[in-house]
Amino acid sequence: MSEDDERQQSPPSDLDFVSTKARNCNATGSGSAYPDQVLNNVLENVLHFLTSKRDRNAASLVCKSWYRVEALTRSELLIGNCYAVSPARVTARFARVRALHLKGKPRFADFNLMPPDWGAHFNPWALAMAKAYPWLEKVHLKRMSVTDDDLVTLAELFLGFKELSLVCCDGFGTGGLAIFVNKCRQLKVLDLIDSEVTDDDTDWISCFPEGESHLESLIFDCVECHVNFEALERLVARSPSLKKLRLNRYVSIEQLYRLMIRAPQLTHLGTGSFSPSEIAGQGDQEPDYVNAFAACKSLVCLSGFREIIPDYLPAIYPVCANLTSLNFSYANITAEQLKPIISKCHKLEVFWVLDSICDEGLQAVAVTCKELRELRVFPVDAREDSDGLVSDVGLRAISEGCRKLQSILYFCQQMTNAAVIAMSKNCPDLVVFRLCIMGRRRADHVTGEPMDDGFGAIVMNCKKLTRLAVSGLLTDKAFDYIGRHGKLIRTLSVAFAGDSDIGLKYVLEGCPQLQKLEIRDSPFGDAALRSGLHHYYNMRFLWMSSCSLTRHGCQEIAHAMPHLVVEVIRSADEEEMDTAAEILYMYRSLEGPRTDVPKFVTIL
Amino acid sequence: MEVNYENGLNLKATELRLGLPGSDEPERQTTPRPNKRTSSEISSSGLTDDGNDDHQASAPPAKAQVVGWPPIRSYRKNCIQAKKNEVEGGTGRYVKVSVDGAAYLRKIDLHVYGSYPELLEALEKMFKLTIGAYSEREGYNGSEYAPTYEDKDGDWMLVGDVPWEMFISSCKRLRIMKGSEARGLGCI
Repeated sequence: MSEDDERQQSPPSDLDFVSTKARNCNATGSGSAYPDQVLNNVLENVLHFLTSKRDRNAASLVCKSWYRVEALTRSELLIGNCYAVSPARVTARFARVRALHLKGKPRFADFNLMPPDWGAHFNPWALAMAKAYPWLEKVHLKRMSVTDDDLVTLAELFLGFKELSLVCCDGFGTGGLAIFVNKCRQLKVLDLIDSEVTDDDTDWISCFPEGESHLESLIFDCVECHVNFEALERLVARSPSLKKLRLNRYVSIEQLYRLMIRAPQLTHLGTGSFSPSEIAGQGDQEPDYVNAFAACKSLVCLSGFREIIPDYLPAIYPVCANLTSLNFSYANITAEQLKPIISKCHKLEVFWVLDSICDEGLQAVAVTCKELRELRVFPVDAREDSDGLVSDVGLRAISEGCRKLQSILYFCQQMTNAAVIAMSKNCPDLVVFRLCIMGRRRADHVTGEPMDDGFGAIVMNCKKLTRLAVSGLLTDKAFDYIGRHGKLIRTLSVAFAGDSDIGLKYVLEGCPQLQKLEIRDSPFGDAALRSGLHHYYNMRFLWMSSCSLTRHGCQEIAHAMPHLVVEVIRSADEEEMDTAAEILYMYRSLEGPRTDVPKFVTIL
Repeated sequence: MEVNYENGLNLKATELRLGLPGSDEPERQTTPRPNKRTSSEISSSGLTDDGNDDHQASAPPAKAQVVGWPPIRSYRKNCIQAKKNEVEGGTGRYVKVSVDGAAYLRKIDLHVYGSYPELLEALEKMFKLTIGAYSEREGYNGSEYAPTYEDKDGDWMLVGDVPWEMFISSCKRLRIMKGSEARGLGCI
């Protein structure tokens, strides 16, 4: 495919391609004169229907012509590590990309374990895409640095741009947003999730163009600045297709009411603060919040409650019976306040909550929410030595009541092996098990034993497990269990665990599906690192911080594996010549060392 | 008291200090900094307790916080923390209560009460008076006394109009009005 300079609105259609070739075939009178081309046409039309990335990757490996045809028909690109492949290589191989998913920084960067400005810049991608895929419609970025200029690029150089989703991104502000929303006339989706948005004092909501909008989803609950409410209200009023609206905490409950009555068709709602503004008049009639919720007959997903006044909770009663997803993870409510709500949520599948509801609240969840698939319990007080509000009691209750559970993230101060073992037996469908015992290296608080047996039971009994995060006091035995039984595990997170190199060896030698391994503060050294040489090309990345690695050990790996980029990261003010490798971040890549390396990173 | 067997020596037990036993004050580092070489574990007391904590007489000294642990994004930490401070250290809590005609003021802790009826009952007992029932339309009409409070904006409001939680966070002081002034409020 040659690259035109013209701004094409849409990629060359497959059907045009096919009919031209078919005509040529018939015209010459010998249908078998171009058998390869006919085969390619057929292949192209068939491969067109393949959507799964794995299927497409497999198809592209069959032979050269399959590789070529697959590259022509892949419309959605998922790149798990923006440094594994360059924009140039991507645009050279794939011709007709409509949607791009790109991930940047490793997850541990979220917890301040890496200095800022490490990389993952969207800019080179934006520019390359603008040239190669002017018809690009959708961009989904996670943990990337996006600048205001990048937003302008998206808005100006992609005429039919429809969907932008920025998860855990940073580097841009309301100024960039303003230009973006103003110029994207076809915008359907603007999702800003857990991203850091600088307040440039720009009223970006007012910048949406006048006239009917195509908006289907507007999510800005992470934007920490006031929005022009009147403009927002007008925008919602002229967005008949709006299904998802998640407001930030600067929207009061009275304002929420006004929006809800204009958009009863919403399926996903983030309520904003859920408390009245301070200027509420004393004698003013309170709006009928219950009625507003009752009118939203399609509401299935509710979140927000950023500054909740619990007295207003009963307003959501009318929607509880239909809810499949409820996010109370910013609402500091008690078990008593939760019970009347949760007892109505029979269809709930996803529930995020704070541990302020205590074990008692979790017991109430277990009684009603028989369809629960995903549970996340976050701590109100995220410190090691805070009071534990939930414990093994709550975990066991959930395991007994919610048998269909597939994914759990549970923060607590203390735990027992027995409760974890119970969950492993009661919830065989578990795919994700993430237990964070906040006290580092804390043992089973009843028996005093390490937590090895609990996690052992999880990997033994939960045969579908693909993601595991461990905590508490763990010996090498726990890793032996993981290596032996965790055959499907793709993501493993380890912190303050293990006794010696052998722990890491068990995992690297035992888990063939391992893709993402993130380890901190564990006694694994160079010998352990060497034991994974056979596997590193099959992994997306390995992160090891504050372990016992040396620069020399990392260098060995770099020499042995030329397609691995081995980054040693130190804190910004440290000296370069250092024998210990404080942070190792290594990943496979087709491109070799990246060119945008900051001073505190050394690529071996 | 935590016992640290580093290198086989019980250093803590043999340490000569002037402070009372059990009054350690390890460094508290709450602001996340870019990693220093060995500072990922700042607390010098090394391994944590083995779970059998019941022999500790006093609360254990607060552990120094470690960077990035527990693994919660700072956005989330800040949101919840801000709310906690608002609830606990807000303008509520201990407030002065004055009654028209009384010689001196009293002080009460609003957090002790869970609702308006509880609060009013306590005030009635404290000052030996009757306040009567609250109605949205007529306030405390019919009663000789009307409880009012000064809010964050400096305005004097009738007790009972706003939700309890909101009242607690915005109430700065209470004043129980008496006589004709009190009755006048009910007519508004």
